[in-house]
Amino acid sequence: MKQDSKSSIVEEVELRGHIIDSLLLPKVLDTITSGGGTFEIRQISIGSGRHDPSHAVLGVYAEDQQTLDEILAQISDHGATPTAGQDCRLVEADIDGALPEGFYSSTNQRTEIRLDGQWTEVADQEMDCGVVLDVDSRQPRCLPMTDVKQGMPVVVGHAGVRVFPLERQDAGHAFSFMNSSVSTEKPKRVVVREIAQALLDNRHGPGKSLLVGGPAIIHTGSGPLVSELIRRGYLQKLYAGNALATHDIEQSIFGTSLGVNVQDAQIAEAGHEHHLRAINRIRRAGSIAQAVESGALTSGIMHDCVKHDVDFLLAGSIRDDGPLPDVLTDALEAQRQMRAGLKDVTFCLMVATMLHSVAVGNLLPAWVKVVCVDINPSTVIKLADRGSFQTVGLVTDVEPFFRSLLAEVDELEKQ
Amino acid sequence: MKHSPTLLMCPPEFFGIEYEINPWMNVEVAADHAVAEQQWNGLHEHLKSTGIAIERVEPVQGLPDLVFTANAGLVYENRVLVSRFRHPQRQGESPVFRAWFESFGFEVIEFAPADQGGGYDFEGAGDALFCGDTLFAGYRMRSDATCHQQIGALLGVRVIPVELVDARYYHLDTCFCPLAEDVAIWYPPAFDDYGRRAIEGTIGNLIEVEQAEAERFACNAVVVGQQVFTNTGCPKLHEELASRGYSPTATPLDEFVKAGGSAKCLTLRLDGEEAALW
Repeated sequence: MKQDSKSSIVEEVELRGHIIDSLLLPKVLDTITSGGGTFEIRQISIGSGRHDPSHAVLGVYAEDQQTLDEILAQISDHGATPTAGQDCRLVEADIDGALPEGFYSSTNQRTEIRLDGQWTEVADQEMDCGVVLDVDSRQPRCLPMTDVKQGMPVVVGHAGVRVFPLERQDAGHAFSFMNSSVSTEKPKRVVVREIAQALLDNRHGPGKSLLVGGPAIIHTGSGPLVSELIRRGYLQKLYAGNALATHDIEQSIFGTSLGVNVQDAQIAEAGHEHHLRAINRIRRAGSIAQAVESGALTSGIMHDCVKHDVDFLLAGSIRDDGPLPDVLTDALEAQRQMRAGLKDVTFCLMVATMLHSVAVGNLLPAWVKVVCVDINPSTVIKLADRGSFQTVGLVTDVEPFFRSLLAEVDELEKQ
Repeated sequence: MKHSPTLLMCPPEFFGIEYEINPWMNVEVAADHAVAEQQWNGLHEHLKSTGIAIERVEPVQGLPDLVFTANAGLVYENRVLVSRFRHPQRQGESPVFRAWFESFGFEVIEFAPADQGGGYDFEGAGDALFCGDTLFAGYRMRSDATCHQQIGALLGVRVIPVELVDARYYHLDTCFCPLAEDVAIWYPPAFDDYGRRAIEGTIGNLIEVEQAEAERFACNAVVVGQQVFTNTGCPKLHEELASRGYSPTATPLDEFVKAGGSAKCLTLRLDGEEAALW
């Protein structure tokens, strides 16, 4: 029964009693509409007998807070009362590194909390966090439990908290036509063109495009294609692990990826040592950037990241060789830096990595568009199942994907 | 406990125009105290002659509107919801009425306080009148619609809230008067379109009064059996009532009209209004 989905400010109200016989329900609905708002009947139970009261729960929408407040004031005269008519409850954290019992667990969707009767948007939206309040600025934000400090006011319970479902606030989602999460049966070219468009939009815009990549990018010989995207300014950030950087550098120095010659797929002699020698060479240089500066590293994705000011972040894992000196081996510190780096990201391309895709997916708010490209459908499914439902999945091999992505980018540039 | 037919009245010893809380009141136009006494006694005599019992609440100095006992509360069987007056000038009346109801054996039901989802205004039978088994409830001017919903839940009755849109008809009993289960007097312009449609959709026989008589408080009538008592100056209504088998009586109440009240406002039916079916 929702009339349209343009308005984004919402308050839920309820109306009880003999609201049908007294025409109070139509009156309230008319008042909302004539006040410039829209409504959605979320729940209604009509009394079956003459004496049975009815009950309706309405979502009232308006373009801005002032319009909404005026509508709410008018309909409250007719007995429509806000269901969330109370402030959120705040409890001070009693210890460092943990939230109080009963804490409100955040989602990745836009959220507001009510303080002193006013709704305030929660900053740093991220799933599976607590919501803490900065005492001085009165600004609420999502905070992972590990970063909680004793004395921080933490939102407890669901009262005074409201979440805005994504469908409502962003009808123009770039991938709205691809609503089912993942399929091998979809026309890939349409999605690839949308990705190219998103990259093009971000090339000069304030929003940044992030590539989260796995080592298969190098193994499949897609390194030069990604490098080209970097050189042409289509990627502003790269999150990966030790492996992608290592094999990229190995290929740059030895022409192999994990000992296999990328050009002719032949196993190189003593090739299994190449990646260790590559790591060692960078460690001797001090860092990837220093290796680029000294001329020890002259090509490849990592080289181009340094040369073209692409922010890269390498997060380590337990089975890493080396690792490269740039790899963050403290997982919590890596999360913190990723979180900080994601603030201006509006488009995220995840390619051939389950581990880093899930890690980044956990940190992203739901309104950041995500495309996950993997030969294995379960990677995409896993991402969606963990709450990153905004993800559009593309089941395909990596190298043909990047090849067609570049072709679409070329096509768009011509227009 | 079921009361026999009984009215509650309050002698006008301290009645006067001491403040202005409705368009009828003007502190410059004082009520003539002697005339007010005379008019109140006149109404009292008329009502007494019907054989109905009349109880009295003692007047209190500084509470000039205590005389309008219709606003004391809403009676339902042996329970009473004591009013929460909107204007501070009348809020002192609630404890007086509450004490009286308790002493008379009523079970006083409280509304939830403000911090528990209550705290709404409600001005008793002035804004809540049964017609048959349905409670018609006026809101906007003096009572809150939300509180009518609570009354419905509290008493388990069907409540039809209707919005009052003319400040001169600030209480439901100034523009609506049930006579019997499916019969009522009303003044339609006092309601908005929804309210008019709700009343028309619920009550089969509506007797409309015209503006000149509405301004004489024609709708503010006391009904005892087939007898209907109003202020003077409502001949057309009386004619209509007579044609329907009622016996209407006019009794002058102009001094009370200066305060925005008339016959009905000066009484509260303790056993349920004539038209109430419960």
